[in-house]
Amino acid sequence: MAADRFNINRSWEHLQNKYVGTGHPDLTKHEWLTNQHRDTYATHLGHHDQLAYIAVAQNDAVGRVRYQLLEKMLQPCGPPPAAKDDEDD
Amino acid sequence: MASPNIAPPLNLLNLTMQRPGYIHAAVSGNFSSPKAQEVVVIRGTSYLELLRSDAERFKITPVCTFNTFCNLRCLLTFRQVGTNKDYLVVGSDSGRITILEYVVEANEFRTVHCETFGKTGCRRIVPGQFLAADPLGRAIMISALEKQKLVYVMNRDAGGRLTISSPLEAHRSHALVYATVGLDVGTENPIFAAIEKDYSEADQDPTGEAAAETYKQLVYYELDLGLNHVIRKWAQPIASTACSLLAVPGERFNGPGGVLILSENWVAYTHQDHPELRTPIPRRAGQAASRGTLLTAAAMHRQKDVLFYLLQSEFGDLYKVTLDLNQERTRVQNINMQVFDTIPPANGLCITKTGLLFCASEFANHILYQFQGIDNPEAVAADSLDEEALDDEDKLGDTAEEAASVAPTFTPAKQLKNLAAVDRMESLAPVTGMHVADLAGEDAAQLYTLCGRGGRSSLRILRHGLQVVEEASSDLPGRPNAVWTIKGRQDEAHDRFIVVSFANATLVFSIGDQIEEVTDSGFLGTAPTLEVKLLADNAMLQVHTHGIRHIRPGRPVNEWKTPGRKSIEQASANERQVAIALEGGDVVYFELDAAGMLMEVASKEVGLAVSCLDLGPVPQGRVGSSFLAVGGYDSTVRILSLEQASLLTQRSMLQLSATAESVCLAEMAKEGEGAGIGAGNAVSIPASSSSLFLNVGLSNGIMQRLALDPLEGTLSDSRQRFLGAKPVKLLRVDIEDRSAVLALSSRAWLSYNHHGRFFQTPLSYQGLDYASGFASEYIPEGLVAVTGSSLRIITIQNFGNMFNQTEVPLRYTPRQMVQVPGSSRLVLIESDHNEYNETERAFLASAGAVESDKATDKEEGEEPTKGADSVAAAAALAAAEGALPPPPPPEEGTEDEDGAEGETFVRGPLPPVEGKWASCIRIVDGLTGETLELVELALNEAAISLTTVAFHDRGGEVFICVGTATDLCFHPRKHSAAAIHVYRLFDNRLVLLHKTEVEDVPKSLAELKGFGRLLAGLGPSLRMYDLGKKKLLKKCENRNLPNLIVGLQTMGDRIYVSDVLDSVHFVKYRRLENALVIFADDTSPRTITACCTVDYDTIAGGDKVGNVFLLRLPEKVSDDVDNPTGNRVLWDTGRLNGAPNKLDVLAHFYVGEVVTALQKVSLVPGGQEVILYATVAGTIGALVPFSSRRSKNTFFLLEMEMRKEASLHFKRDHIAYRSYYTPVKEVIDGDLCELFRTLSAVKRRAVALEVLDRTPGEVVKLLEDFKNTIL
Repeated sequence: MAADRFNINRSWEHLQNKYVGTGHPDLTKHEWLTNQHRDTYATHLGHHDQLAYIAVAQNDAVGRVRYQLLEKMLQPCGPPPAAKDDEDD
Repeated sequence: MASPNIAPPLNLLNLTMQRPGYIHAAVSGNFSSPKAQEVVVIRGTSYLELLRSDAERFKITPVCTFNTFCNLRCLLTFRQVGTNKDYLVVGSDSGRITILEYVVEANEFRTVHCETFGKTGCRRIVPGQFLAADPLGRAIMISALEKQKLVYVMNRDAGGRLTISSPLEAHRSHALVYATVGLDVGTENPIFAAIEKDYSEADQDPTGEAAAETYKQLVYYELDLGLNHVIRKWAQPIASTACSLLAVPGERFNGPGGVLILSENWVAYTHQDHPELRTPIPRRAGQAASRGTLLTAAAMHRQKDVLFYLLQSEFGDLYKVTLDLNQERTRVQNINMQVFDTIPPANGLCITKTGLLFCASEFANHILYQFQGIDNPEAVAADSLDEEALDDEDKLGDTAEEAASVAPTFTPAKQLKNLAAVDRMESLAPVTGMHVADLAGEDAAQLYTLCGRGGRSSLRILRHGLQVVEEASSDLPGRPNAVWTIKGRQDEAHDRFIVVSFANATLVFSIGDQIEEVTDSGFLGTAPTLEVKLLADNAMLQVHTHGIRHIRPGRPVNEWKTPGRKSIEQASANERQVAIALEGGDVVYFELDAAGMLMEVASKEVGLAVSCLDLGPVPQGRVGSSFLAVGGYDSTVRILSLEQASLLTQRSMLQLSATAESVCLAEMAKEGEGAGIGAGNAVSIPASSSSLFLNVGLSNGIMQRLALDPLEGTLSDSRQRFLGAKPVKLLRVDIEDRSAVLALSSRAWLSYNHHGRFFQTPLSYQGLDYASGFASEYIPEGLVAVTGSSLRIITIQNFGNMFNQTEVPLRYTPRQMVQVPGSSRLVLIESDHNEYNETERAFLASAGAVESDKATDKEEGEEPTKGADSVAAAAALAAAEGALPPPPPPEEGTEDEDGAEGETFVRGPLPPVEGKWASCIRIVDGLTGETLELVELALNEAAISLTTVAFHDRGGEVFICVGTATDLCFHPRKHSAAAIHVYRLFDNRLVLLHKTEVEDVPKSLAELKGFGRLLAGLGPSLRMYDLGKKKLLKKCENRNLPNLIVGLQTMGDRIYVSDVLDSVHFVKYRRLENALVIFADDTSPRTITACCTVDYDTIAGGDKVGNVFLLRLPEKVSDDVDNPTGNRVLWDTGRLNGAPNKLDVLAHFYVGEVVTALQKVSLVPGGQEVILYATVAGTIGALVPFSSRRSKNTFFLLEMEMRKEASLHFKRDHIAYRSYYTPVKEVIDGDLCELFRTLSAVKRRAVALEVLDRTPGEVVKLLEDFKNTIL
């Protein structure tokens, strides 16, 4: 058991890399929100009924809704806030 | 064993009643045979369907449909070199790559490979979103939206079986993927192209500059077959609006290879070592320069020397794209993009090799087109820009404005030029509302569904039954009592005569170009006829009341007379045998001998008056039927043997509850034999898979069906069903070349087998007195029937569907519907975002006409300014609204997209900016579907919500309240004004009483019955209004609801408020304090899309991710709320910022599609009450409560077994699928249980006997009975 625990610590970075969007202790609110949004858009894009539902509401083509969601994946919550020490300057 | 204590208290059974109509992906290929032109589509989210096109009859028909119990995302076909059948690859949420193969014999798809690579679910980095294949079938790439791409190498083993390698990774972190495609590289190493965007820098840069500078790249991944790994070979920046890729044929087909990049406003060609070539997409005249044109669907057609692409824009315009190549055919010199036609926007386009185009429409019906031409030199066309000649500064960007400066413009035509619509497939998607009621007074309830979007929307009236089309109708002298058709010869495909029998005469008509009476047919015309049959040796047989006429071609008519002037009462015949019942109870049996003579073989005194008798059909490979069924007036049916050794001896007897009016022995396909999961359509059913059934129609309107043992003649497995008030008459007819039984009572019912399943469905037609099969050159499969004194020729359509549809076209997307209490009228509100209303369209059309007259004199360079002009025109229109002429009256004919010949649906003109609305209120007669009143709302005002209210002091008059919003915008939500309109209803006219301004959008309205007040949900506040003289009067309000009220239900003084994010809140109206108090809410947040009350304490709801659930207020709380005792302050003590009481989840089930309508209803009088739901994909399903613990236990065990036994194609764990977001609770999946019918006989026996302790027949009966209790 103990060995496993150390192993996990060692492979922490590897896991962070492998599973995009996994949280860590220093996660900022913006990063968390961005991940949440990206995951949400990904699930909308994967479930076509949800795309259709949005398309009916907006009266856009399903293809247009898909395109909009894909484009929003880049920065769903805008640019990240400036780092703390930058603000102090 | 089924003991009552192991099953938890289960409540509901989920049954799909109408399969989804929505298609979101379609691929064409040859799946069953090299020549078959077929299309595979994903229906809804979980159904796969194979469609076969018929270029001769211009039809496209479903061949095989099955539920995969898995969320399907994309489809791909591929084939290996040297083979001529396509494999199907499916990307799903199962975390697996699945390769399917169609097996013709079994009519099903079988899983060839199903390889796991990741977690289940539609996740960002788990592949399954995109698929691409090497054109030679050597490799498949499956990729996720971000990062992960896997490449599988496909091969064949020594036995010719497909093999799959372990996956090779082509991952790239921080890279979003927009599209992938397999390049045509011939026999070199396979290359896959992908559009990628790297966001790693953008995520780090707080200034936003890095994000602005990110660009899309076209990346080539090469699979090195020798080294067995994938390398990133080449990358090049491409247009920032690029969204999909198409492969260009390579050397094998005399092409240059490379890819076409489809982007917003542009189409580009590029390849490694080839400069990018761009063509602007021709734009619609009047399209605002800021509005882009996105290509959303594409199809390629390649045949010998012809190669073109059909691309479709988001507005529905089709463009034909051809590539001009250089002499060596290695470089592309020009991309020519020609305006082709306009059809409804599609989710998938498929071109068959036989010149048909299948358009899987985004919404509403799917259409099959035939190509009329592919070249139109006059059409508007765009060519590639010569960008190399330009300086860097002059180079054009990707935006809509820049494209608009160079793109040619065109006006979409309402008339199709190159295509002709030849067939259509009905689809309800998207259902935006549903109301179930018997408005037409037909006993069974009709389902009124709001379907479609924009100009293609409709109100569809669904009735349980098969659709019947009346082909011909003619009046006869007198009332006929029977009708038959007869062929001239056994080998003829079409019928030659129609024989009509009256009370004292018989008429014969010949079938040709016209139907004419003939007198020289050989039939006796002076007596009523009892039976007509064509015998095996092509002689015709007529049984009339006094004898049997044997009419042989070219030989004298042979007549057998009844002995002792007795008359014949009943008769039955097949090709070789004849049986008659004489007055007094004598049964005489004849056989056709080798010499072609009809010989009396035996007779028997039954000893009672015979009410009916029937000889079964001659089984294949036998000389005659072995049984004769005789029904007597003593309420029995006897089965007599016709075997030589035991002629007319009784084999079994059946005691009935009433006199048998009619018996019918029919050979019908056994269920599930040779049929695939969910469906099957074996081309020819071998004799072993059909079995003999005895059908009995009773005088009390019940039809009984029993299995008849073909050797022993014993009866078993009885099923019965009440069909109607009249005695049931049974007739054997052929449906889709298989025998079926038509049962005539007060309605006509058809029992038939379709796709391996047994159906018993009423015909949506008036009651029939008698009918017979009919086949002619023009009507290959129909029925000739008599009803009253008229003779009808009808055809039955849409086999396998439970409902038939009547369509009432609407103008805009329907949003809501209510029934005017106490009448059969329905009020609908329709509203469309981003659309001009009728008045504006008429104005723009007239302005456009004037302008185009001017434009003919002008030069083309002026064209792009037109967009600005029409914006100005719209603005002027907005200003001068009052002065405009009234909108043209609604012409229903023109609103129907499929109405006129060659006409097509064209959306537009489109407003330049968001926040434009078109909206109307309509009153429809539920009986006739006629529009009684149509009120267009003012400019940019959108009807959002609707209710009827009988205000308490207005003498029961029903007012219609409509909530509206002006200039409503999404993202972020804003509006300039919101109001509640109150209308009075005078003789079907809507008269506006007054408008009340409100400060937030009234997303929902409801009547608080009993108090005669109006409830409105305005953002997060719930408000109660009373009717005033000039406006609505605010009575009380609760502003403490969480986000946005989207639905209101009421019962007594309870209000069930659904919130857009926060599930349902129970609110009580306390009359004494005049306060609305929240007293209970839910423990988990749910994004409610539909809601209905089940009882006082229970509510059913559906949410945005596709769940349905039942929430219940605990009994004790309910009691406390209604009868507060002592001084307990129930209301003030909230818990954790919520209400003081919490709802319990009673049931939870993942449907898989967004549920948009829910209603608790009983579909037939006295039938079981069910919760009916409709989804955005056009599915209609029901949650049916169990009536007994015993059947509940059986279904529970059956579902458990089926999870193990049913071979699900994607190996998706069924219980995990139905528990997608929340564990499934107290709902059994009836669709899975239905698969029991498709199991092999061995498995069926094992499941039924060992686990359920019943026979397989009993289990199927249980399944059937469940459906019968609700319909």
